[in-house]
Amino acid sequence: MKRRLLALAGAGVVVLGLAAGAVFLGPTVLRPMMMGNVAAPTGLDMASSRLTEAGLFWVSYTPEQDPIRINQIDSWILHIETADGAPVTTADIGVDGGMPQHGHGLPTRPAVAENLGGGDYRVEGIKFQMPGWWEVRFTITADGSSDVITFNLVLS
Amino acid sequence: MTRVRIAGLAVGALLLAAATLIALSFQRPGVVDWSPEEIAAIRSLWIGSLEPLAPDPSNAYADDPAAAALGQALFFDTRLSANGKVACATCHLPDRSFQDGLPLARGIGQTDRRTMTVIGAAYSPWLFWDGRKDSLWSQALGPLESAVEHGGDRAFYVHLIATNYSADYEAIFGPLPELALVPLHAGPVADAKLSEAWAGLTATDQDAINRVFANMGKAIAAYERLLLPGPTRFDRYAEAVLTNDATAAASLLNADEVAGLRLFVGQAECIKCHNGPLFTNNDFHNTGVPAVVGQAPDPGRANGVAQVVADPFNCLGNYSDAEETACAELKYMVTDGPELAGQFRPPSLRGVAERAPYMHAGQMADLETVLEHYTAAPPAAIGLSELEPLGLTTIQQGQLIAFLRTVSEP
Repeated sequence: MKRRLLALAGAGVVVLGLAAGAVFLGPTVLRPMMMGNVAAPTGLDMASSRLTEAGLFWVSYTPEQDPIRINQIDSWILHIETADGAPVTTADIGVDGGMPQHGHGLPTRPAVAENLGGGDYRVEGIKFQMPGWWEVRFTITADGSSDVITFNLVLS
Repeated sequence: MTRVRIAGLAVGALLLAAATLIALSFQRPGVVDWSPEEIAAIRSLWIGSLEPLAPDPSNAYADDPAAAALGQALFFDTRLSANGKVACATCHLPDRSFQDGLPLARGIGQTDRRTMTVIGAAYSPWLFWDGRKDSLWSQALGPLESAVEHGGDRAFYVHLIATNYSADYEAIFGPLPELALVPLHAGPVADAKLSEAWAGLTATDQDAINRVFANMGKAIAAYERLLLPGPTRFDRYAEAVLTNDATAAASLLNADEVAGLRLFVGQAECIKCHNGPLFTNNDFHNTGVPAVVGQAPDPGRANGVAQVVADPFNCLGNYSDAEETACAELKYMVTDGPELAGQFRPPSLRGVAERAPYMHAGQMADLETVLEHYTAAPPAAIGLSELEPLGLTTIQQGQLIAFLRTVSEP
């Protein structure tokens, strides 16, 4: 009798636990694909300071707005160093980007407005007009060598 | 009572509590079953997320109350037209959300576009459906010289200011220029006689007239900056969600409206373009809206970019008060490319249910037609439509419309 009772009590606790789980986790568990806008892929490198694809430059960006908001035109300070840490002060910089999941580019044509010296460059005209996963790609050419870095942003 | 019975009752009570909790979890009124992503989207649409209107660096009088008072008088003054019958308020009717409810606007004649509301327009970097103007004050000047809207010319308007508003004008902007030698009618408009008269003026006179004309726009803009959207039933619901007040939330939006909101931020992908607290990104998109029957497709933004670049009243022009650095939208806009063809600015959806007919030429009579269009995503008449078929059922379309009504009710 005692063992049967214990078993029943145990079952009750399990059911209660399941109920609590349903209450607190249910919404997210039951609706993992809630956003019709395709979710950004997992494992994106979101770092704002990274080595370029072929390893030639270290590139970091600092947006003027913090956090970055959609529909607000912004400037970024781009800092470029060689892979071994020397500032790159004479870079030619191309900017493009877009939303890979939507197949469109940036809503503006950002460009370097000023070489600030010390490896810093002011990039003006950066804007995002939708929530979701964005790429911003810089093509950097210095001393006859070119390399590319693609930064990821996920905006809400 | 035996111990067995007590234990049995305890287990029964536990099971009952569990069952109740499970039942509750499926019946909660709309607050806790929003995902964190959806709550972030609801917050972004909430009017509380609308930041205070930023200064307009191109208009030094943008927040001057005296300029706004003059602008209000001008906005309603029908003398600012060729036939004395057309004011800004003729198409931007205050009791109709500052629009006219017509497919195509009617001033002196008929335009080829739908009147846009003025409410919240001050937040947009671009004005008109095609963004051919880059400030509220510059926008106000366009219709004044359009042959089918006010039908006037800038020399006429400047004389009109000197005759009727000189004290108010001079208190704000300083002395009016000497106009004795300026003809009553002259301006770079479609009418050949008027544009010849304009070409015959000295550069100094042209500049003096342009400046008064620009100041008229700046006064009208100062008034229009005061026309801002108010909170709606949706905004009160959003507040209930954000404060986790299930009771208030349940009393504010019904199940269909909640389902519509869920579609709006999710499967229907409305917030790609209708995002932020104004329900618009004020950018440009081709959504494959059909051309007006019997007319060539409207190129939209593809024409607007050339016009705003050439406009002497743009942010970089002589009559703008902005430093060049404050003109980033104009300097870094996309000026060419196939994607511009057939693009138009998405209007705010605040008040949308009160603003039929829809689209840039009022092609769609009601929201049902609009939702059918977005669901079907037909190919564009010009350029490439960004839409993909949404696969929404008729019921889901109805839920979206139900939600849109909550953004249209105070």
